[in-house]
Parts: sequence; structure tokens; C-alpha cells
Amino acid sequence: MTSALWELFLKGLWITVQLMVYSAALAATVAFGIGLARTSRFWIVRFLSGVYVEFFRGTSALVLMFWLFFALPLLGWQLVGIWAGTLALGLSYGAYGSEIVRGAVQAVAPAQREAAIALSFSPWQRLRKVILPQAVPEMMPPFNNLLIELLKGTALASLLSIGELTFQAKLARLSTGQSAQVYGIILVLYFAVAFVVTRIMRLLERRAKASVGRAVPRGEGWFSRKLPVEQQGPEALATGGKP
Amino acid sequence: MSADRTPPNDQASPADGGSSRTKTQGDAELIRFDSVTKRFGTHTVLDSLDMTVYSGKHVTLIGPSGSGKTTILRLLMTLLKPDEGTIKVGPHFLTHEEKAGKLVPAGEKHIREVRKNIGMVFQQFNLFPNMKVLRNITEAPVHVLGLDKDAAEERARELLDLVGLTEHLDKYPTQLSGGQQQRVAIARALAMRPQVLLLDEVTSALDPELVAGVLDVLRDIAHTTDITMLCVTHEMNFARDISDCVMMFDSGRVIEFGPPEQIFSEPEHERTREFLSAVL
Amino acid sequence: MNNWSWSYVGDIMPDLLKGLWITVQATIYGSLVSFALGLVWALLLRSPSRWVTWPVSIVVEFIRNTPLLVQLFFLFFVLPSWGLTFAPLTTGVIGLGLHYSTYTSEVYRAGIDGVPPGQWEAATALNLPRRRTWIAVILPQAFRRVVPALGNYVIAMFKDTPMLAGITVADMLFQANSISATTFDYLEPITVVGILFVVISYPTSLLLRALERRLVR
Repeated sequence: MTSALWELFLKGLWITVQLMVYSAALAATVAFGIGLARTSRFWIVRFLSGVYVEFFRGTSALVLMFWLFFALPLLGWQLVGIWAGTLALGLSYGAYGSEIVRGAVQAVAPAQREAAIALSFSPWQRLRKVILPQAVPEMMPPFNNLLIELLKGTALASLLSIGELTFQAKLARLSTGQSAQVYGIILVLYFAVAFVVTRIMRLLERRAKASVGRAVPRGEGWFSRKLPVEQQGPEALATGGKP
Repeated sequence: MSADRTPPNDQASPADGGSSRTKTQGDAELIRFDSVTKRFGTHTVLDSLDMTVYSGKHVTLIGPSGSGKTTILRLLMTLLKPDEGTIKVGPHFLTHEEKAGKLVPAGEKHIREVRKNIGMVFQQFNLFPNMKVLRNITEAPVHVLGLDKDAAEERARELLDLVGLTEHLDKYPTQLSGGQQQRVAIARALAMRPQVLLLDEVTSALDPELVAGVLDVLRDIAHTTDITMLCVTHEMNFARDISDCVMMFDSGRVIEFGPPEQIFSEPEHERTREFLSAVL
Repeated sequence: MNNWSWSYVGDIMPDLLKGLWITVQATIYGSLVSFALGLVWALLLRSPSRWVTWPVSIVVEFIRNTPLLVQLFFLFFVLPSWGLTFAPLTTGVIGLGLHYSTYTSEVYRAGIDGVPPGQWEAATALNLPRRRTWIAVILPQAFRRVVPALGNYVIAMFKDTPMLAGITVADMLFQANSISATTFDYLEPITVVGILFVVISYPTSLLLRALERRLVR
């Protein structure tokens, strides 16, 4: 591996991280918007947000990405590759994220809501001062999982010839012919990013929990990412989704 | 199995069925604890316990919760390992085995061999919900003792008759009441023909109206077989009925033991008196 | 704005359905591989020996936390150089199965942990051999808890199969792409593929919900 190749990888890694951060920002916005909409008092809001969730969880992120990149221009909107990737990842992972938000908000004890009503907080104050501070720490571990899935999803953008890590690997493979080394190295790079992301999310979880006076149990394995495989009710099942 | 039921003399005698090793005698020891200590974290549940149970006797362990009674049963069933001390069942160590003249911690094979002599009935029944009643009873005889299926079923039917549940052999455990499940669990334990039957608060999880049925079955077994019983219970009348010896536990030690008439009527120890007045 | 043409949709449908069949095959075989391999991981991770659990957990975490697409490329380009040459679909099935086995192993773990401790104790009290305890007592009970969760991963895998197009498997996306490459009209093929995914995975997930209600009582 020459230094030129490493430069290639680092460039790709930088674009991968950018893609992940942009998509995550979009996904978070969608997640909170749609997730809270699903707890709305108005059935039409609940229904429409439900349709959004079922649709974007039902389709394949890669197909969506292809659609945004190849089909959307034919409808008159031309997107730069990286934005097609960001949009596809943000919209579909946002749909998964909205289920996390909704679940965590609904898991806050009803008595908390009642107490906030009794203190005549406005609905917005109830949400901001009472509900979310308790719900957000619960969202952190599943958001961590989602973020890792999102990181893995950024590799799909290589199929749109966006110059992220997997695409650079393709170039490196074509120029050196050393498939095993090239793909071995970028797998390790992806793993390293996933590890860092997990550590950061654990730190944020600790902060968030400390702010509501709760401790985070330590030592859940060396990677400390736990998959949500316990049953979470029918809604979680509807995803058929990994996150 | 000598079930020598000589009347108790002035001191608690091994003929009562158990002893905390104040006396020795040529009677057949079946279970022997030698300075067994068990801790959970910093909490000492059993504190250097010595205890002997004689063959064919029915011994009841009483005492406040947390006093270590259930731990004794779980140690015997190898569900727990002692931190110190040795446990002997018959001539063999349960916890250790002799290799080249030395005592070493027992291997899985040795434990399995010794454990064959012990059966247990749990507080929560622990029937296998994926098997029908008959198979719950035949599973172990077929796959552990190597009985052929017909013989095991024959035996299972007899036992179901004994516990009065013949008509339910084709049902799943969840289709039975708690009392019925517990009677199946008793049949299941007996199907292994153990020398010792451990009964761990077998009526505690039952609705009050179902308790009598289960206790009747156990009384029947106690009076008609020569099986050794080691029983943890809060049913003092039952204990009085079937026991040859009652052991009073407190804080991981046997503080008093003797025939039920003596323990229940004229306990010597202050703690025993307090405990009995609270539960009777 | 480009006009939607139903006759064009009609023309490309046979090719897309051919691709769908490949997609379905990849999902079925991939699932079977992941079910079997996941169980292997789950049982190895319960080993009392650190010499077993450490390497296995590292391998599992590594596969789970790196992109499936890159793993597919690795298998596709590297295996032949090790003298293992497979058809692209086979490589895809191996990749999908391997990747998802790291998820199904967690499903099994949770399913096994969900069996009450009393069941292990009863098996010990009856002196059942280890093998028999697993086969007759633990796994049948874990099964009920496991099936709905495994079903979820089958749907997730189904939605990941378009990645196989990246290693030249002629799945739906691949078909849509090659049609579009000749007609220069991407709109209908890609749209139809996207909708087919929703049309298949949404009812399937509804079915799973029903199944779950039945199994988990």
C-alpha cells in the first residue's frame, strides 16, 4: 500500500463521515418531526405520519437512492450525488428513528404528563420540560444502533459513484489489483468509525442520564452496542428493519 | 435403607432422622454436610454448617426466610456450589471426587452420577411447558436412566394414578391448575426413583384451596414409601405430620432440632419460640 | 416533465419479475444460512471458555458493524483469488447469510435467555444430559420467542438484496438498471422496483405481526 492509496482512503473516509453526519442530521430531524407527529391528537396527522413511516421502512434504501439519483431528474429535479445519498439515507433512517422517538415518548410515565398538566404547563412546555428530558436518554442506545446502520448505509452511495470510502476502495482495487488488502483495510476503517461512534453515543447517553439523575450501567461487553431484539410491541415488528 | 424409628431418647437422636452432629451412631447416613459455607457476595447464607440426614427419614427445615433453608436444597441439587466444606450423599462426595487418593473438585460426570439419587420438587413447579404431562414424566427416565419408552410410560401412568391425575396425561402443563401442575412435578421427580426427595416450599406458589391436595399426595408418599425427604415448608401442620425430625434454622445455622412434638410443643430456643408464635 | 408510460411499464415487467424471483431466492437462501450460522454463533458465545467467546465475539461484532456492501465486494473479489469461485448469486447468499447471522445470533441469545431459569434447574434436577436439555427443553421454548424476530430480519434482508446488483447478481435493481441503460428512461423501472418492495414487505410485516400475536401468548 503506497501513501497515494492511503491518501485515497482518507479522502474517502472524510466523505463517508460527511455523508454520515449530514444524513444523521436529516434523519434526526425527520425522526423527531414524524415521531412526535405520530403522538398527535389529530388522527389525520397520525395517519399521514404513519403512512410515511410504513412507506420508507417498507422500501429499500438503495432503491430509493437510485430513484432520487436517476429518476427524480426526469421529473425535473437534478440532485448532486452526495445530496441524493444524504436524502435517501436521511429519509429512510429517519423513518426508523421516528419509531424510536415515538416509543420513548410514549414510555414516559403518564403520571408525568398529568403532573405537568396539573401545573398548567402549555403542551409545548410539557414536551420540552417534562417529556423529552426523560425520553431522550432512553433514545440513545437505539439511536446508536441506528447511527451504525446509517454508517453502513453510506457505502451504498458508492454505487452512485460518490467518492466515499467504498468507492475509493473500488478505484484502489482497479489500480492495484490487491482486492484482499484493499477491502480488508476499509472494513477495518469502517469498524473503527463504528467503534468511535459507539463510544461517543455512550458518552452522550451517560450525560443525558446524568441530567435526569440516573446512572448508566457499565460494562455491557467490549463493543457495548446492544441490539433491540426483545419484543417491543407490534409497531417495532412492522419495521422488518434492522435498527 | 434402614428406617429405624426408635423413639427419641432424652437428647435429639439420629433416629429422629437428622442431626446437627451432636451424636453419631451406626445408622445409615444418607446426606452429610461438613462445615459447609455459602456466601452470596458479602452475605453469608450458610455458616460452616454441619448436618446429617439418615436414610429413610423425613426431615423438615423451618425458620425465617433468608435463613438458608432453600440454599441447602439447592446445594444438594448442585444448583449452587458451596464456597467451603464438603457434601456427601451416601458414600460419595457430591462436591468432590477422589482421584489418586486426593480430593479434587468434582467433574461433571461424577456429579451426574451422584445426583441420580436426588430428586427435587420446586416452588414454581418448573414443568416443561413444551411437553405434555406424560412426556414431562418420561423424558428423564428415558434419556437419563435409559428406560425404554413403554416401561417409562407404564411407570408414569402408575405415578399419575398415585397423584390422582391419570385423566390429564395428554394435556399441556398450562392447561392444569397450579395444584395439578405441582402434583405432576412430584410424579416427575419420583419417576427417577431417587433415594432423596427435596421439597422446596412446594405449596408456597399455590392458591390456598389447592394446597391440601398437594400435601395429601406428599403425606401419602411419606407414609407408604421408604424415600428420604428433605423438606422446606411453612406448613407447620404438614411438618408435624410427616417429619421424623424438624430443624430450626436461623442466620445460616441450625439452632435447634428434634422430633416435631418436641420442637413444636416445647422449643428450647428463644428464636424458635418467636418464630413458631409468628407462624402458628 | 417526463411522462409516465404504462405501456413501457408493461414491457419491462417480465424482466423485473425475473429479477424479483432472483431477489426472493437470495432472501430465502440467505435467511436459511443466517438462521443456521446465527445459532452456531449464539451457542459458541455461551461457551464457558474465553478462548472461544472472545474470538467469536470479535468476529461477530466486526461483521455486524461493517457494511454489507463492502463485505459482498470482499467475497466477490477475494474468494476467487483463494481458489473459491462461486456464481455471483451464491456469493451474495453467503454474504447476506453471514452478515445477518450476526443479528440472528442476538435473537437466539435473547430467546435462550428468555427461557426461565427454573427450566434449567428442573433439567438439572432430572439429571438430563446437556444435549438433551438443549434439544428437548430449552430450544423448543426459545423457538416461540425467536420466530417473529427472525421474520423481521428476513424482511430486512429482503430490502438489502438490491446490494447484490453491485456484484452483478441479476436481481430487480440490476434488471431495472440494465433496462434503463438501454432506454435512457430510468423513471418507470426504478419506480416500479421501489413500489414492488413496499408492496411485498408491508403485507409481509403485517403477517408477521399476526404470527407474533399467535406465538407469543
